[in-house]
Amino acid sequence: MNQNNMKKIFSTVMTLVIALAVVSCGGASKDSGRKAQELSGAGATFPLPFYNVVFEHFAEVNGDVVAYGGIGSGGGVRNLRDKIVDFAGSDAFLTDKEMAEMDAVIHVPTCMGAVVLAYNLDGVNSLNLSGELIADIFAGEVKMWNDERIAALNPGVTLPAEAIIPVFRSDGSGTTFVFTDYLTKVSPMWKEKFGAGKSVNFPVGQAAKGNPGVAGVIKQTKNAIGYVGSEYAFAQKIPYATLQNQRGEFVTPTAASISAAASGTIPADTRCSITNADAAGAYPISTFTWMIIYKEQHYADRSKAQAIATLDLLKYILSDEAQHITSEVHYAPLPAKAKELSLSNLKAVTYDGEAIHN
Amino acid sequence: MSDKLYRILLFLAALAMPIVCGGVVYALVTDAYAAFEHFGFLKFLTSSEWSYTEGAEQYGALPFITGTLMTTALALLFCIPFSLPVALFVGEYFKGTKVASVLATVTDLLAGIPSIIYGLWGFYTLRPLIMELGISPQGSGVLTASLVLAIMIIPYAASLSAEFIKMVPNDLKEGAYSLGATRAEVIRRVVFPVAGSGIFSSYILAIGRALGETMTVTMLIGNTNNIPESITSTGNSMASIIANQFGEADGLRLSSLIAIGLVLFLITAIINLIGKVMIKRARIV
Repeated sequence: MNQNNMKKIFSTVMTLVIALAVVSCGGASKDSGRKAQELSGAGATFPLPFYNVVFEHFAEVNGDVVAYGGIGSGGGVRNLRDKIVDFAGSDAFLTDKEMAEMDAVIHVPTCMGAVVLAYNLDGVNSLNLSGELIADIFAGEVKMWNDERIAALNPGVTLPAEAIIPVFRSDGSGTTFVFTDYLTKVSPMWKEKFGAGKSVNFPVGQAAKGNPGVAGVIKQTKNAIGYVGSEYAFAQKIPYATLQNQRGEFVTPTAASISAAASGTIPADTRCSITNADAAGAYPISTFTWMIIYKEQHYADRSKAQAIATLDLLKYILSDEAQHITSEVHYAPLPAKAKELSLSNLKAVTYDGEAIHN
Repeated sequence: MSDKLYRILLFLAALAMPIVCGGVVYALVTDAYAAFEHFGFLKFLTSSEWSYTEGAEQYGALPFITGTLMTTALALLFCIPFSLPVALFVGEYFKGTKVASVLATVTDLLAGIPSIIYGLWGFYTLRPLIMELGISPQGSGVLTASLVLAIMIIPYAASLSAEFIKMVPNDLKEGAYSLGATRAEVIRRVVFPVAGSGIFSSYILAIGRALGETMTVTMLIGNTNNIPESITSTGNSMASIIANQFGEADGLRLSSLIAIGLVLFLITAIINLIGKVMIKRARIV
């Protein structure tokens, strides 16, 4: 058995498990005459709370059931490359090298989110941090909470004389990519020593698996600080830090401040990093999160109905109705430009070489 | 005719196991090959570098082998003072009494609790306690994982040891008593020497269980890819690094993880083999 086969079997089994976990509704799709489809996707846990709500609405509106496995961005992309899912969810856009290794794909941003610095400090309800300081904390150079550099940003806050416990991701993760991408931009030291990636060798602290894992550890550990998707910090009621952006403003992650980060230019394929954005009121660790699909939708026994359902799903996510949900679950809606670009990108999707009109 | 059919069916069923086992080994070896080829077998086992830098990936298993051996050794150490008394209670002091059977049942019950439950208990109860007591500021670490592992392996060690202690012939014990030996002396001088290799083998089997435990360890060890500096430091075991990174791994990293799996498989197989041999010896005595 070669490596590829083995991976495929593992992924297939996992997808089956995920598919079984979802109660299938069946019945006919409400739009057009096609039968209701079961779509499966896998990937990032970061947008999972948003996707859960959107997929539920989509099933109500359209009749198609979507099963999504939050196995991490890298895992999702791997499943897409193995052609066992309809779409992959990823917080990191594919690099040119990754794009070259697989068939043509289309990136569709689904929403915007923030990576927040969640912390657990007795008696501290608000905390200001700057990018460079965060880099030094995660590099183990700032070790104590009452370090004078932290104190300088937080006048009037009593910081404990306790060691800082950084918490990071033990699995490869798009969230880690976004966070370290930001650190690389704001700290030359970080760029040189650690760099950006889905897995990074953090020198200090402890690690946990998945966004929920990190959030759980922070909540349970005094004097801890870690990076998680904003929704996870919010759901667990863990406070998170206010960050200094490139313009020197201190900004909390809100739908408005996350959207502000995307006010710059967006390339036609929507693959861009918006961390440390140079915009007024922009939250500095903001990101798009993407769904990635193949441009040619006929692969691995997929029917045309499935391809259409996949497109329907993406169009639904780009619709105002779905985008409206984003802020309810602490993400931010896409800027109009990203929606326009995506809708026109989706026109290039084909089945057996023919454009899918619907 | 039906007898023949029955034999064939049995034979096929018996054949299935070695085939499955062989298939597992074959798959592990072929998928691990790339890592061994790239890093060299010995270098892979002795390197403590686990670095993702693209183009300069370095994967070594030493931190995880150390993590596994540390958690297992500590778990064994913590488990002995609890499992041995239980075994003596059930197998010697209160042999055949109702109390003993209740205690034996309760101990065996521990073996039936799913590891995720142990993990949750460790995470929400033991870990805060460790932080509260100031043993380690971050709570997670080798010590926390080992303590929970110890509880998990107590039933394996205790119930098998009790069986071997029960098997010590009464003639021997009575002989010792007739020479004026106290109960403690009988246990030290007669029960332990006679049941010794059996007890030893039951601990070997408990070790086998501790080596591969994944869920509990992943939740409690802290998941950092370094050799633990002390027992309160964070680390990763062979099973937990695989659980943590398998989902995202690719190429050389995937191969390295499978190689770690192969090494773990080999260690567990050897430990179990030693246990089996010791049990056989114990039966002969």
